[in-house]
Amino acid sequence: MENVFVILVGSILVNNFIMSRFLGICPFLGVSKQLGTAVGMGMAVTFVMALASMFTYMVQRWLLEPLGLGFLQTISFILVIAVLVQVVEMMIKKLSYGLYKALGVYLPLISTNCAVLGVALLNMTENYSLLESVMNGVGGALGFTLAITLFAGLRERFELTDMPKWMHGFTGALITAGLMSVAFLGFQGFIR
Amino acid sequence: MKLGKTFGHGILGENPIFRQMLGICPALAVSTTVFDGLGMGIATTFVLVFSNLATSLLRKIIPEAIRIPSLALVIAAFVTVVQLVAEAFVPALHQSLGIFIPLIAVNCIIFGRAEGFAFRNSPLQSVVDGLGMGLGFTLSLALLAAFREVLGNGTFLGAQVMPASFEPMAIFISPPGGFIMLGLLLAAINLIVRKLEKRAAAKV
Repeated sequence: MENVFVILVGSILVNNFIMSRFLGICPFLGVSKQLGTAVGMGMAVTFVMALASMFTYMVQRWLLEPLGLGFLQTISFILVIAVLVQVVEMMIKKLSYGLYKALGVYLPLISTNCAVLGVALLNMTENYSLLESVMNGVGGALGFTLAITLFAGLRERFELTDMPKWMHGFTGALITAGLMSVAFLGFQGFIR
Repeated sequence: MKLGKTFGHGILGENPIFRQMLGICPALAVSTTVFDGLGMGIATTFVLVFSNLATSLLRKIIPEAIRIPSLALVIAAFVTVVQLVAEAFVPALHQSLGIFIPLIAVNCIIFGRAEGFAFRNSPLQSVVDGLGMGLGFTLSLALLAAFREVLGNGTFLGAQVMPASFEPMAIFISPPGGFIMLGLLLAAINLIVRKLEKRAAAKV
């Protein structure tokens, strides 16, 4: 159990997906102009990443490895994630229309979010068990949500400040992200 | 469109990293050394060219409705080829790029070009577009990596270039340095582009 907790804290803070692993930067820069949408995206990603961690683990360990098809990893993971996103979208639409309205726009975007494929591949290279993989997925996604929410808060303030002209747009966003990343660097050495 | 124009677009006008802001994840993650940056650039170019070619050849067969999953599979197949080739012939690169080789499959540039360009253009045009975009990506990556490696480590392609008295600024090879350096380079490029546009406007 101790190990699971370490993985969870590790993937939320120490090895934050955006701030130190550089996974999921596209949605991080693209969907962080408003606090509300950032939180919505974070929730959708959390949902998909937890499920993706579970299903890719099953596919890899119970299907590809026994059959000696390890080289099909990339293709099958992409397929699993694409199908998963589609199924999740349909399920949410049927079960809770309110949630669908809130998350719907972000779901298709998630299939090309490299954090989802990234976490699946990391689980395999780190040799995590099923429970550890899911925890890594949940932790990574919560870390993503934390970073994107904080960043959206900062960017909302940006709109009101008088910045030099060359800092407008992506330039300012990248430098702010860099400074935020310095803060996350402070967690290094938190575990091991 | 003329072939030369298609090719040049990817390098300057629509440079994937500096003009379209696509493919930022690999750009930040593997630009700590010029060697990694170039390796990543070449691998991405390979996938871009071949996925563009395959998409363009198959564009009349693939039904519109399932084009996204089909393209994803085409791209993933070529990424697997790169992965296996890199593992067999350049194990050092395979080791240092790690999961970012399989992640080429979700690089938005590749998907964007396959869906946005190759799906509507002839095979030759698509290959040239892939080459241009790939070269633009490789050059941007190498530029970013050159600044980071020289300032952060005092070396260029592994060879010492800064005098011995130079204290390497480790921040530039750490994650925050990646964000900040890309931001500064983007600002510089925006300034140059704006100057050029002004000059062009003055001439007319």
